[in-house]
Amino acid sequence: MKNLFDFYIGQMRIAAVTQLQYRAANYFYMIGMVAEPIVYLVVWSTIAEAQGGMVGGYTAGGFAAYYIVWTLVRNMNIVFTPYGWEWRIREGQLSGMLLRPIHPLHGDIAYFAGWKVAVIILWLPIAAVLALVFRPEINPTVQEVVVFFIAIWGAYLIRTMLLWLLGMITFWTTRVGALFELYFAAELLLSGRLVPMSVMPPWVQALSAWMPFRWAFQYPIEALVGDLPTDQLWLGLGMQALWIVLAGGAALIAWRWAVKQYSAVGG
Amino acid sequence: MSVIRLWLNYVRVGVLGEMQYRVNFLVQLLQSAIALATGLIVLALIFSYTQTLGGWTGPELLALMGVHTLVGGLIHMSIQPNMERLMQDVQQGTLDYALIKPADSQALVSVREFRLWQGVDVAIGAIVIGVAVFQLREALGWEQALGFALALLCGAAMIYAFWLILTTGSFWWVRMENLLELWQGLYSAGRAPVGIYPDWLRYGLTFLVPVAFAVTVPAEAVTGRLTLETLAGAVALAAALLIGARWFWFFGLKHYSGASA
Repeated sequence: MKNLFDFYIGQMRIAAVTQLQYRAANYFYMIGMVAEPIVYLVVWSTIAEAQGGMVGGYTAGGFAAYYIVWTLVRNMNIVFTPYGWEWRIREGQLSGMLLRPIHPLHGDIAYFAGWKVAVIILWLPIAAVLALVFRPEINPTVQEVVVFFIAIWGAYLIRTMLLWLLGMITFWTTRVGALFELYFAAELLLSGRLVPMSVMPPWVQALSAWMPFRWAFQYPIEALVGDLPTDQLWLGLGMQALWIVLAGGAALIAWRWAVKQYSAVGG
Repeated sequence: MSVIRLWLNYVRVGVLGEMQYRVNFLVQLLQSAIALATGLIVLALIFSYTQTLGGWTGPELLALMGVHTLVGGLIHMSIQPNMERLMQDVQQGTLDYALIKPADSQALVSVREFRLWQGVDVAIGAIVIGVAVFQLREALGWEQALGFALALLCGAAMIYAFWLILTTGSFWWVRMENLLELWQGLYSAGRAPVGIYPDWLRYGLTFLVPVAFAVTVPAEAVTGRLTLETLAGAVALAAALLIGARWFWFFGLKHYSGASA
């Protein structure tokens, strides 16, 4: 246990230090990412104003708050891409990973978690600029801030597990592009990334309640921006834990099958 | 004319290469269908709340989406693969092999790659534009069709010039590919008509990054709101950017020393 803890600290430190070296690269990436929520924000605040000030319970200022916090949650959602498995297998990277005494999932969780530390530091000025330009309506309580800080890491873990699970498909076929894109489209619509669920028709909201996506995206945003009642605020963390266990368990089982399929390439 | 012959030769080689991977066509078709479905769902959602968005009706925004898909297909089919290869060549020093060939260097680095299957997006974009024009129930006159073709040509030329300028930057600054991430984000802003953005962003998307000219202006042509002044402006800006890009390419080339030398 102590060894694992040391491994996490070491791996996270390496990631954070490395990524802080590539500040310009990270900034280009993050600024490119900001364009997407700005499109949504401008579209939906235009509609909110045309509808007499509100859509799905959000005013223009409410949308501004939603989509600015969105940018941080989106960054927390960046994990090892399922497309990356093809590269790991083809380049023989995986053979090396299998030789280590620690499960490779730990390596990914720790490395990207370290990167997040760098990302959060780099994100603060972007958020400040966006807040000056778009005037968000936001007044969180201390309790909401605390839950938010836990929830963004919960979101990170849910998405890590889900995309690991998805990436496992690469062990059986390399024609994965369409399948991954289908997953990302479902995620876009059902997670709150495109719009808050309250803007969606009721049947979509009902559907998303049974999916893990919103707990990795909308819930952390709402925890800070929305006015969730106290019980729902804390219940959300429980839902996150549930999905981390479910998706993580599935990922570990899939990993066992997948490795049996694996015959080394390159290496 | 030798440039066109050169291009056609590379297109032939590219097509022959892609023909070996026919299943990729199906994969691309599925991916494009998913993107199209997502786009249509977003439009349906927007117009379940409102009749117009920034003065654009449903069919008009559909036309805009068609143009966005079509131009995106052109970029992925030809512009982006060529520029990515150029960046890689600068990093690895293999640009030498292109430079010693007896052809115009700018023309050569701009035509070497051709991704046939990305053309699915061009076809889908064209179909979406066709459906939108049909829904608009206004016969498209030949002036508008001509205006659309010209606007599209200018938009494509501007994006090519913009990419070449960015890529030429890799003669000085090797890790240019991160700028491409930035581009992808900014191009996605073209899915909404630039008129709805705040001023600073609208000017940025018009003059700093020519997304407005590449997507909104051709869409204005099919929805009958293109003015002659805008079209003239597009032609002038396209010409200026092409000349600027060519000058900058040769200027940058002087600073190229070869990575292996």
